[in-house]
Amino acid sequence: MLEIRDLHVSVHGTPVLKGIDLHVAPGETFILFGPNGSGKTTLLLSLMGFSGYEVTRGEIIFKGEDITHAPMHERARLGLGMSFQRPPTIHGLATGKLVELCSRGREVDVPALARRVHFDQFLARDVNAGFSGGELKRSELLQLMAQRPDLLLFDEPESGVDLENMALVGKTVRHLLDGMPDNCNASLRQRAKCRSTSGLIITHTGHILEYVNAHRGQVMYNGKLCCEARPREILDHIALHGYQECLRCLASDMFGKIAEAPLS
Amino acid sequence: MSTVDLSRYSFSGGEHAAVDDLTSLPQMDHQRLVLAGIDVHDKAVSGAFMQMDHAGVHCQTRQEGLELMDIRKALEKYDGLPQHCWKLLTPDKDDFTRMAHEQLNGGYFVRVAKGVRLSEPVQSCMFIKGHGAGQSIHNIVIVEEGAELHILGGCATAHDAGHAAHLGITEYYVEKGGKLTFTMIHNWGESTVVRPRSAGVVDAGGVFQNNYILLKPVGDLQMNPLISLNGEGAVARFNSVVVAPVGSYVDSGNRIELNAPHTRGEVISRVLTTGGTVINRGLIRAAASPARGHLECKGLIMGGGRIHAIPELDSNQDGVELSHEAAVGKIAQEEMEYLMARGLDEDEAASTIVRGFLNVDIMGLPAPLQKAMDEQIALLDAGKAM
Repeated sequence: MLEIRDLHVSVHGTPVLKGIDLHVAPGETFILFGPNGSGKTTLLLSLMGFSGYEVTRGEIIFKGEDITHAPMHERARLGLGMSFQRPPTIHGLATGKLVELCSRGREVDVPALARRVHFDQFLARDVNAGFSGGELKRSELLQLMAQRPDLLLFDEPESGVDLENMALVGKTVRHLLDGMPDNCNASLRQRAKCRSTSGLIITHTGHILEYVNAHRGQVMYNGKLCCEARPREILDHIALHGYQECLRCLASDMFGKIAEAPLS
Repeated sequence: MSTVDLSRYSFSGGEHAAVDDLTSLPQMDHQRLVLAGIDVHDKAVSGAFMQMDHAGVHCQTRQEGLELMDIRKALEKYDGLPQHCWKLLTPDKDDFTRMAHEQLNGGYFVRVAKGVRLSEPVQSCMFIKGHGAGQSIHNIVIVEEGAELHILGGCATAHDAGHAAHLGITEYYVEKGGKLTFTMIHNWGESTVVRPRSAGVVDAGGVFQNNYILLKPVGDLQMNPLISLNGEGAVARFNSVVVAPVGSYVDSGNRIELNAPHTRGEVISRVLTTGGTVINRGLIRAAASPARGHLECKGLIMGGGRIHAIPELDSNQDGVELSHEAAVGKIAQEEMEYLMARGLDEDEAASTIVRGFLNVDIMGLPAPLQKAMDEQIALLDAGKAM
């Protein structure tokens, strides 16, 4: 699904990603851990193609196509979908209308879709105007439900969300990744076979792991990936030892540089 | 302000036979009229008035308590309307008011009787068909105590009548607890000169809501209506959407005077230039307290053009709350990328944002008109915004 090779990205001339190699298979959910400022969000924004994130080396292959320099909307149309952590307000554009635009002409029952994330009361409101943290997340999810991406990029699904909303957000993310209707009685094997939507999720708290079937995970540290393991394992490790523990996994020539990186 | 030579226009002789059925007008005129807010097929109206050049060609009322007639007829019938005619404006204000005073050639008188609340709008239309024609009209709008009226007013020139002048005096009277919604849509030609001169008073508890839409080119338009909130708790709101293509010169403002306690005024304008010039004025003046006012002038420049925003607040009262917000700029990159991440290409994203910016939906227009406005906005070449 996604293949990142030796990706280097600079922001305003400052190198942030320093050689990322990452592979996400169809149907696989990959979890990114790492301290603040390590480059996780930069990776997601670079994958989506935001301006200001300059790829200086390496390539991004998505569904067999080189999208390293493709415009954003082409990436989206190819099947990349992203949930924004701080989406902008767009005045005069109704949320329901945007959801419709996300479906790109595919027939969708917007109100029915909205009811699934308890958002039907918000469809007439301007996009993201005065939404709370939980509302922003539900709005993002609703748009993605209409967009139906093949690879879901999600930056901190749990940020700004209360516990009750977290369950809803978590279940919806799972649903997006599974691509199965509610109450579907397909067997586990059938599910795994059908599953073709992949996920790349950033988490600090790991709450999302309670809901999604995460297969692999890695820690990002100072623009490099290290410590590949099962996400649960990584989370337990970080909880116990903090990110310092990850330093051991990095090559010795990086050690000095990483030790200088601020830990938060 | 540019100078206008009124001697280039003829202010008399533009007579036309009465049009009993508006659908009998030529098809080409229908389209122009829809863009000016007049749907000739619309049955859901309380009344309709149409003036063509210098002749009141159509006048119909369908509701009890609604009076609607040619201003010349009203002046005759009510002995010159001494309570309401030239009370809020003076004829010697400028050349245009003088002309409208000396050579009155049309306009309407509309009055809604005390307590009568009309749910369906009154359509009014000032249509210029003759080349070189000058309209100098006078409208008087009276909403009596507790009454409610919505006027959907359109002004348009025919396809082939670009060179024309429209001078319009309008006096609004909203009595105690009355509500007047005045929606005005302009659809002029590229060389039309337009000089509306409007003023209104609102008594205690009354509401004056003005919606203004200009999406098409205009040669030279200058207006700055003034609403005085003279009674306690009165409210005035101006909502304007102005688009200025290459060649348009628009000097447009709205003024509200808060003359009584607990009055509120709001002036919201959205201006888009695709090559034309817009002077976007706003003034809220408070002479009583407590009173609240807010001005908002937002402008987008796309593909050249000029916007000059002049928001003004003026008061000498302790305890008033007046604020303003003005911005002139381009479409935010962040908003563009948000939409592009959802699969919209650059042009689609820009036009979606521009449509939202020029949000005419909030004016609650009738469906065919809303559709016509949406189509017009879709035609704007929003791709240039980036």
